[in-house]
Amino acid sequence: MTDIKTVDARGLSCPQPPMLTRQVIQKLDKGTVEVLVDSGTARENVSRLAKSMGWAVTIEEQADGSARIILKK
Amino acid sequence: MSAIARFLTSRWGPIITGVAVGILAPLLVFWGNPGNMGICVVCFIRDIAGALGFHRAGVVQYIRPEIIGFVLGSLAAALAFKEFKPRTGSSPLVRFLLGMFAVFGALVFLGCPWRAYLRLAGGDWTAIFGILGLVVGIGIGIIFLRTGFSLGRSRSAPKAVGWVMPIIMVVLLVLLIIEPQFGRDAEGKLTGPIFFSTTGPGSQHAALIISLVVGLFIGFLAQRSRFCTVGAIRDTILLRDFRLFYGVLALIVVAFITNLALGQFNPGFSGQPVAHTNEWWNFGGMALAGLAFTLAGGCPGRQLFLTGEGDADSAMFISGMLVGAGISHTYSMASSTAGPGVFGPFIVIAGLVICVVIGLTMREVKV
Repeated sequence: MTDIKTVDARGLSCPQPPMLTRQVIQKLDKGTVEVLVDSGTARENVSRLAKSMGWAVTIEEQADGSARIILKK
Repeated sequence: MSAIARFLTSRWGPIITGVAVGILAPLLVFWGNPGNMGICVVCFIRDIAGALGFHRAGVVQYIRPEIIGFVLGSLAAALAFKEFKPRTGSSPLVRFLLGMFAVFGALVFLGCPWRAYLRLAGGDWTAIFGILGLVVGIGIGIIFLRTGFSLGRSRSAPKAVGWVMPIIMVVLLVLLIIEPQFGRDAEGKLTGPIFFSTTGPGSQHAALIISLVVGLFIGFLAQRSRFCTVGAIRDTILLRDFRLFYGVLALIVVAFITNLALGQFNPGFSGQPVAHTNEWWNFGGMALAGLAFTLAGGCPGRQLFLTGEGDADSAMFISGMLVGAGISHTYSMASSTAGPGVFGPFIVIAGLVICVVIGLTMREVKV
């Protein structure tokens, strides 16, 4: 079981969600990172950034309207 | 509906929005708006501040329907696509101050980033100094973002909070239409509380319904595409993400072509409409505005679109802009076509110092 790093970007506005995500995934060659977001904009921006850096993206919708973005490499 | 939604949130969204603005903004000038001012969020909020009597600069008073349309168009999109999520609590007071200083800076240049690009596309080369200042201001903001600047997290708010700004916009629309006059001036003539210019830029406007429909359309598109004229430069430098940048590029190119087609392209430095030729303060004013917009998370247009999603923190920024516009024109900080106002240079320097202090001191509080 590998460690899952978490970026909690809920409630943060542009451009912090993708910026914080980048800070974490830049330091990793591979692994799993979960990013918590609560706006459509943050969801799109984090997904686009991660894909551009070669990470696979899956999104899990949460009951409270937020989303858990799972990044894998 | 969902196909449109996906298309606008894709990389094409900002480009489509930029093309729409590039066509419609010069057309608004053609239909009556002031020169190179088809859309200027700061100028229009300044005009609204004047119409409400927050300042008495008689040439810039009008309730601009484009602003009303921006918020209500965004609201419609947010409701249709389930993105109406009222929220608040991310340093509202600081956002209010940033809104004020953004307006102080932008009114020294005489335009927000939207108008800076539109001025360039109309051949107003003095806009180049403003855009350079904007890039420098955004660059300074990025340094703060990289070193941990944050206005903190917002949290969900009751639905009613999200409706405040849209309702204010509906009230403004009513005031625009009925133009109530029940105050008395010194000579006993009817005046106020709503003031509309009879001369100058405030008196120049396209028909109400045209301006409103254009505003609604752009507001709808921009909410979906996340169009932002400051984010365009910020994301390019900070994240190497060109999505928004292509939107602004499309705006400039299409507005240039539309201006050419309408005979509105007049290249040169001097004699440009609602502009001055002082390159230093064109630069300085927009550097302040760029920094304030970046610290607040987006351009004034984006702040309006966010209020349509129920973002009360952006609504505080807009409130700061309204008050700032009143102060700016009351205390001779705003420029005129003759050049910077008496206290324009002072407020740019003071504003830069205060925004740097905000950039250095605001950090997310760990609890």
